[in-house]
Amino acid sequence: MSASRILSVTGRALPLAGDDIDTDRIMPARHLRAITFDGLERHVFGDDRAHASRDGRVHPMDDPRFAGASVMVVNRNFGCGSSREHAPQGLVRWGIRGIIGESFSEIFFGNAVMLGLPAVTAAPADVAALQAAIERDPQIEVRLDLESMRVTAGTLDLAVHLPAAARDALLTGRWDGLGLLLQDFDQVRAFAAKLPYLRDFA
Amino acid sequence: MAQTLLDKVWDLHTVRRLPTGQTQLFIGLHLIHEVTTPQAFAMLRERGLAPAFPDRIFGTMDHIIPTSSLRRPAPDPVAEEMMATLEANCHEHHIPLYGLGDAHQGIVHVIGPELGLTQPGMTIACGDSHTSTHGAFGALAFGIGTSQVRDVLASQCLAMDKPKLRRVRFEGTMGPGVTAKDLALAMIRQLGVNGGVGFAYEYAGDAVARMTMDERMTLCNLSIEGGARMGYVNPDDTTFAFLRGREHAPKGEAWDRAVAWWRSIASDANAAADDERAIDAARIGPVVTWGTNPGQSVMVDEPIPDPASLPPGEREAALEALQFMGFDAGEAVKRRRVDVAFIGSCTNARLSDLRAAASLVRGQRVARHVRGLVVPGSREVQHAAEAEGLDEVFKAAGFEWREPGCSLCLGMNDDKLSGAETCASSSNRNFRGRQGSPTGRTLLMSPAMVAAAAVAGEVVDVRSVVPRGGAVQ
Repeated sequence: MSASRILSVTGRALPLAGDDIDTDRIMPARHLRAITFDGLERHVFGDDRAHASRDGRVHPMDDPRFAGASVMVVNRNFGCGSSREHAPQGLVRWGIRGIIGESFSEIFFGNAVMLGLPAVTAAPADVAALQAAIERDPQIEVRLDLESMRVTAGTLDLAVHLPAAARDALLTGRWDGLGLLLQDFDQVRAFAAKLPYLRDFA
Repeated sequence: MAQTLLDKVWDLHTVRRLPTGQTQLFIGLHLIHEVTTPQAFAMLRERGLAPAFPDRIFGTMDHIIPTSSLRRPAPDPVAEEMMATLEANCHEHHIPLYGLGDAHQGIVHVIGPELGLTQPGMTIACGDSHTSTHGAFGALAFGIGTSQVRDVLASQCLAMDKPKLRRVRFEGTMGPGVTAKDLALAMIRQLGVNGGVGFAYEYAGDAVARMTMDERMTLCNLSIEGGARMGYVNPDDTTFAFLRGREHAPKGEAWDRAVAWWRSIASDANAAADDERAIDAARIGPVVTWGTNPGQSVMVDEPIPDPASLPPGEREAALEALQFMGFDAGEAVKRRRVDVAFIGSCTNARLSDLRAAASLVRGQRVARHVRGLVVPGSREVQHAAEAEGLDEVFKAAGFEWREPGCSLCLGMNDDKLSGAETCASSSNRNFRGRQGSPTGRTLLMSPAMVAAAAVAGEVVDVRSVVPRGGAVQ
């Protein structure tokens, strides 16, 4: 798999409100019962969506107004809980190419970046304004620019943040960083041979 | 300059600084299981790579395996496929595997310490967020995703940013009927489910110093529920006593060298943390969650908060949680009827947990409407419990006594809630749908509290129950 540079994400967006949305909600565990990630797009937020439809509500992911969205706007601590990569895998396979939120759990964030899915943070008030703008006009084009680290949508022009290493990895197309870890691997072997617990008392 | 364990162990494992600014961190121990690795091995194969340090990788089966039978092929074809895939991958790459039926099989975070694989001063990674458990031994241990599992398989390394350190001091004596689980849940309520994001937690204070290794594992296990990817306790004599004689622990003279080194990697006495919090252990009672994240809890004799009384940012989530759980604001958790009682999981399925639970059910019966399940954390725990007759205690009380595995903690096998059942659970997550039913309701609590609830048929205060088999542990 060759990584490509990710400079920006542009498209329609879907607001997914709520704090502490855990990966069990994003991808219920029964959908981890497989040896590939194939087909996970069908199960993203599966239980939440079924629950909403039973209550006569429409989940944002089923809302025709947001169909075809490629940007998701979330709130605080998105992706907390289980380390399952199936959660961001499902979102990417569903069509999400960028996530803007108040904050992310660390494991989810790391998994997302490794899939080339930028997960950027913005101030809570800015996230709320963006969610409101999308609700008002679901056709609005949202542009997440990783070079300028701004998000624009209609008249909104917001600052977003991404740790330098993640930003650099996406901009240079090195978000799949295994190559770096394997460089000069003799160095790694020599390093390991000196670890006290491998050298002195293994 | 005085250093923390985090500083010392991080530096020791820093291979080099990557061009991205991250650390290339060597992983001393990689634990793998059947659910988060098949794709990682497939990615490796696609690139023509093989594990670089197969002798630093150990596998077991825990997540999807049945706990009702050891029969192969497993009646569930998907479980069979996932087990067979792990077996084939481990066989191909000469990775030791403690598979179904093996004397050392069990939940990955229970068997690592049991086998002495988990040791102070190591970096430990596993495709499971509760890898923080191993921090109890003074290791830097954390969960990773499947692409990172691939990276560790291929290179035994990860690209990481060093976390900040928060020291959480638990001072004072824990009251009767209060456990490490209660301390951890109380901490998460206080600091928030996202309070630990960006931090490693160092647990300190006299209450932690007095804890057994089982208790420290429970405490570190729940770090991730407070947002901290890793949590640790500095190694001490309690740590060394636990490890001595274990299968993979150093032996003879090597043991003495190991202990000397283990002592040296503990935080220096005056090493500062980026943040420090103190929690009075004596003021904590048995904790029960009422909501849909582990921070939404009360002490058992406290009313559920009125969302209107919570900070504005938490109100809506609390309202939704109350509705989902079928609780009213201001209601007591005590007397909530339970349908299922689950004693198990990487949080609370070690021998001491089963003993504590058994002391409350000895000579009692599980309430008629309650389905009780005891799932030991490992084969070793199971055998030790059976040697003490705990299985008979549980079975006589009407509990099912199962084979080891993750079971009802995450509902990947047949062990699930059905419909809107309420489960008193010794596990770690009360997320919606977590226990296998989209509408199932989970009340997290200590194993003793689960046992007491099973007998009463409703949530009770374990301190008000007089066990027939001796004092509450």
